[in-house]
Amino acid sequence: MCLGIPGEVIEFLPDQPDLARVDVSGVRRVINVGLLSDDLPKPGEWVLIHVGFALSKIDEAEAAAALQFLEGIGQAYADELEALQASQIE
Amino acid sequence: MTDGATWVNQALREHEEHTGSAISRPTAPASEREQQVLDRIDRARKRRPKVREERITMSHGSGGKATRTLVEAVFLDAFSNPLLEPLEDAAQLHLNGSRVALTTDSYVVSPLFFPGGDIGDLAVNGTVNDLAVSGATPLYLSAGFILEEGFPVADLVRIVASMEAAARVAGVQVVTGDTKVVQKGKADGCYINTAGIGVVEHEVSLGVVNAQPGDAVIVSGPIGDHGVTIMLARGELDIEADIVSDTAALNGLVADLLSATTGVRALRDATRGGVATILNEVAAAAGVGVLVNEDAIPVRPVVRGASELLGIDPMYVACEGRMVAVVDGGEADRALAALRSHPLGADAAIIGQITADPPGIVLLKTAFGGTRIVDLLVGDPLPRIC
Amino acid sequence: MRFVDEFRSADKAHALAAKIAELCEPGRQYKLMEVCGGHTHTIYKHGLEDYLPEQITLVHGPGCPVCVIPMGRVDDAMALASQPDTIMTSFGDMMRVPGSKGSFFDAKAQGTDIRMVYSPLDSLKVARQNPDKRVVFMAIGMETTTPSTAMTVLRAAAEGLTNFSIFNNHVTIIPAIKAILDSPDLRLDGFIGPGHVSTVIGCRPYEFIARDYGKPVVVAGFEPLDILQSIYMLMVQLSEGRSEVENQYTRVVPWDGNLAALTAINKVMELRPYFEWRGLGFISHSAMRVRPEYAAFDAELLFEVPGVRVADPKACQCGEVLKGVLKPWECKVFGTACTPETPIGTCMVSPEGACAAYYNFGRMNRRRVVEVSIS
Repeated sequence: MCLGIPGEVIEFLPDQPDLARVDVSGVRRVINVGLLSDDLPKPGEWVLIHVGFALSKIDEAEAAAALQFLEGIGQAYADELEALQASQIE
Repeated sequence: MTDGATWVNQALREHEEHTGSAISRPTAPASEREQQVLDRIDRARKRRPKVREERITMSHGSGGKATRTLVEAVFLDAFSNPLLEPLEDAAQLHLNGSRVALTTDSYVVSPLFFPGGDIGDLAVNGTVNDLAVSGATPLYLSAGFILEEGFPVADLVRIVASMEAAARVAGVQVVTGDTKVVQKGKADGCYINTAGIGVVEHEVSLGVVNAQPGDAVIVSGPIGDHGVTIMLARGELDIEADIVSDTAALNGLVADLLSATTGVRALRDATRGGVATILNEVAAAAGVGVLVNEDAIPVRPVVRGASELLGIDPMYVACEGRMVAVVDGGEADRALAALRSHPLGADAAIIGQITADPPGIVLLKTAFGGTRIVDLLVGDPLPRIC
Repeated sequence: MRFVDEFRSADKAHALAAKIAELCEPGRQYKLMEVCGGHTHTIYKHGLEDYLPEQITLVHGPGCPVCVIPMGRVDDAMALASQPDTIMTSFGDMMRVPGSKGSFFDAKAQGTDIRMVYSPLDSLKVARQNPDKRVVFMAIGMETTTPSTAMTVLRAAAEGLTNFSIFNNHVTIIPAIKAILDSPDLRLDGFIGPGHVSTVIGCRPYEFIARDYGKPVVVAGFEPLDILQSIYMLMVQLSEGRSEVENQYTRVVPWDGNLAALTAINKVMELRPYFEWRGLGFISHSAMRVRPEYAAFDAELLFEVPGVRVADPKACQCGEVLKGVLKPWECKVFGTACTPETPIGTCMVSPEGACAAYYNFGRMNRRRVVEVSIS
């Protein structure tokens, strides 16, 4: 029971503070944000959606950091490969 | 405490009778054992199809494994004749020196009206497409209506107007029909049954059995639009998206393709069961492998988003205006160019190729770089939660 | 798709795979368990095992709540659904799970009103739209889903709905992990920790695994790069002789979990003294039931539920597969008597189950396949 999808918060529904409309790649759904009542997401922020509820906010800084780590490893690997190839040129 | 399910014991007994041996655990080393099991599974999959259920379920209508089993075990078994046996989209008949293609379809879509079209559009386009992918020029359609008591006449008029418009675009005529009315509660408003005939003029014989290693697999446009549109239009999922059905008559596109190249081995329109089902049909009929690249398969972002949200795979989602073509590898580029120069094929793409190995199996090279199997689905793609 | 595509990019995968291979001690075999069914699904769906060296084996664990539901409970649910004037609502994954007399799908074919929903809130909608019927929601899932059910019950209470109830089959992951760790059959080197369960319970609950059993845990996201990176992090720990809990899925999982979610669960539900898990037997304090204060929404109290215990079919080895002792293809009936069309056990029926994942995605001779796809 783990399928969670990142979606962007578009707007809150006028009379219902618990409900927000989110967008997933052009698909829009109204979800319940009651589980994030201590720190409600703002329009433009991203949340993790599971069975019609927002379970968590997506921390963009952490996402960027994760990608940077992966880029770093990727770059180091590419550098190594290049070095390996360069050393074979005789 | 009750004993385990009797149906399980029955299933096991049946299985033992079939294989002639008690189910036992092999004792060779691991990788060999795994291969033994895989071989055993291959044999099991080739067994004569049998319908185990006592009653029809929705799976039997979804276009996947259950549908195929039902068709083979019940219909093919009873009507068995060489004209039916190929189980292509249309039957190829020889009448007094002419080659004629004959097809039939029934339309039970709910809701009847949806973004991009209605049941009437589907009825005409679907029938025309079955003829077109059989290499025929579609000519005449029949239309039988089963109407529910209480169905608004205005809706019927609307549906029929759609059919007339679609027929005009496709260049076909509805020449005969029938009307029945059933009591309130049956027929979900309106069901339509059609038959279509066309003449096969090209010196071409199309069939999935013709696929050969080295052939290219081409899809005529983005997949999954229709199925997702219907799922959302049912309103049960509370999802909105700017997506419309892709229903369209493909006979013009097919004609362009067949004029541009003689290298087309097979054409299929991707309806229920989606592209994945067709690829499996090719693999099974021709005894070849099909290898496709996930990266190459065109999918609209909105269809991807909806599929991710629901946990379904666009490859299994129905289309109503897309076709899959298997083309001689050397002619692939020419075929692609022909498709792309037609409005309905603007986003056509080569998605993979036919291989000799592993026979009967469809493999997908994922965007991530790994490989996995694409099998026939058991039923409708049920929205996953996980 | 943002936050998804970046974590599916192949070019970074090769680098990670190389690093993982470097960290393998020559001659040593590594067994890493991914607990969560969602991870099993991702691994097979993206062909992730193609990136791992032969020395690393991924063992599939019991974190699939649909897989662990015993037949007796499915029978109970079917009994509930077949009562007069009742509408049963359920997630899609449950529709095909077989009880001793068939599944929801079969019952639907015979006229029982069973409807698939995407969210428990949809179930409330059905209840509002059908005031003359009793609507039951088949509540199933681990801690990822439990808060949503709890919130739905709270909403039903706030609206004063009198025709809505839940059949509570929510389970908790920690006792299952402990059962695995205590099982003599298995020797594991590390755990790929559940991603979305952790957004609710946080990362602390896994500390006992590192502290008391000396096994590293990395809480992982669900995209293929997330899982590869988590495996990398586990291998780093193993090569450095550490055993700690680490969080790879920091963009989503807060170390302390979601307090509002835990509060909601606690308000509406309490732990059962014990609950039966398919294949794992009775585990204490491993499942939830509705609190007395919300009895009006407890289907088990409102209706007659047979409550009969049904033994797993003897041929079914789901238990051993769920514990990771057997690989799917090692089960005697895998692929022959037990297939996705004709499932005998839950591992084959649930889309997350190890057997279904292997049958649908992974069932092939890997060496042959790699040759084919490179050519």
